[in-house]
Amino acid sequence: MNPPSLLTLLLSCCALSLAAVGGANSIVPELHRHVVELNHWMSGSEFAALYAIASTSPGPNVLVVTLIGWQLAGYPGALVATLGICGPSSLLAYGLSRVWDRFAHSPWRTAILRTLMPLTIGLILGSGTLLTRAAAQDWRGVALAGLAAAVYWRGRFNPLWVLGGGAVVGLLGGF
Amino acid sequence: MPHPSDDAPPPSRNTDASRTAPDPDLIRPGCAGLFRGFFAVGIRGFGGVLPWARRMLVEEHRWLSEREFTEVLSLGQVLPGPNIVNVAVVVGARFAGPRGALSAFAGLMAAPLCIVLMLAELYRRGGDIASVHHALAGVAAAASGLVLATGAKMAVRMERRAWVVALALLTFVGVALLRLPLLGVLAVLAPLGIACATFEIWKGRRA
Repeated sequence: MNPPSLLTLLLSCCALSLAAVGGANSIVPELHRHVVELNHWMSGSEFAALYAIASTSPGPNVLVVTLIGWQLAGYPGALVATLGICGPSSLLAYGLSRVWDRFAHSPWRTAILRTLMPLTIGLILGSGTLLTRAAAQDWRGVALAGLAAAVYWRGRFNPLWVLGGGAVVGLLGGF
Repeated sequence: MPHPSDDAPPPSRNTDASRTAPDPDLIRPGCAGLFRGFFAVGIRGFGGVLPWARRMLVEEHRWLSEREFTEVLSLGQVLPGPNIVNVAVVVGARFAGPRGALSAFAGLMAAPLCIVLMLAELYRRGGDIASVHHALAGVAAAASGLVLATGAKMAVRMERRAWVVALALLTFVGVALLRLPLLGVLAVLAPLGIACATFEIWKGRRA
């Protein structure tokens, strides 16, 4: 399938920007749906690899969108995707930052905050499920994902150690 | 405007006057300062940027008080888009308008963008090497586990109310199992949740 034009990339990312409630991890299922399932621009394991690279680098996890842009359209694609995914939400943040204090005690604010929490939780668990499915080639991949989740949940490790452990296990186990 | 009595704020209660009064110990950064501050946040933010942002803004530079940071963070989290990017934009705008917002954004993204593209380039060159491929497949599985654990940590702290739990479940089923478009799922479930929350507030007021 043909890769998208820069304009298509920009517009898709702009639309996703406003749908990313709770942060960048929430849009992983939608990214996967678009890029892997609908348009076949890359395979599930390529998608998982890009997510893995983004999570090993410092900075916000929105970088996965940067890498998808890079994979589809090179460095211009990386730039366009990053600006698209950050642009509309940043403009909204800029506009609202001036009036937000005024709503400090508004019941609307409480209602919106209480709604966003479960939506975000559902989306992040959905992201985790889809990423596991994309990353794991067989049962060992699922086991490693489960182990990483358990270790990160119980121990208070920096996530980088968990990712490093994953690299070692992948290397030794010939994933 | 600050009250004359603001020098000695009441110890236990935070009145509206003390909330809006500027803290004399806080510093106002310019565009260059904003760029540098957020650059440091971006480059140190391995596996989570928000703790570094708090440290930079509240402890190192004293641009915001702890409470102001919590306010800015809650705005960053309620808005769509990457939370930390929203925080950078709001902080930059507060101190130096549109140019401040741009400076903070550019500072935050500059180093991570370069590093992630370098890593991706390395992967493109070395992806065919079996050991690189194996290691990255392991990282990918571990990274997906981290996302699962993050969601699980948030889920155990979730409000134990029927509509809240149902909303989380419906979101998960719609997005992960039925693979429905995200915008459609949000368009249905967000108004539903806000209606439930508003109804509870309304009921609480009548009782």
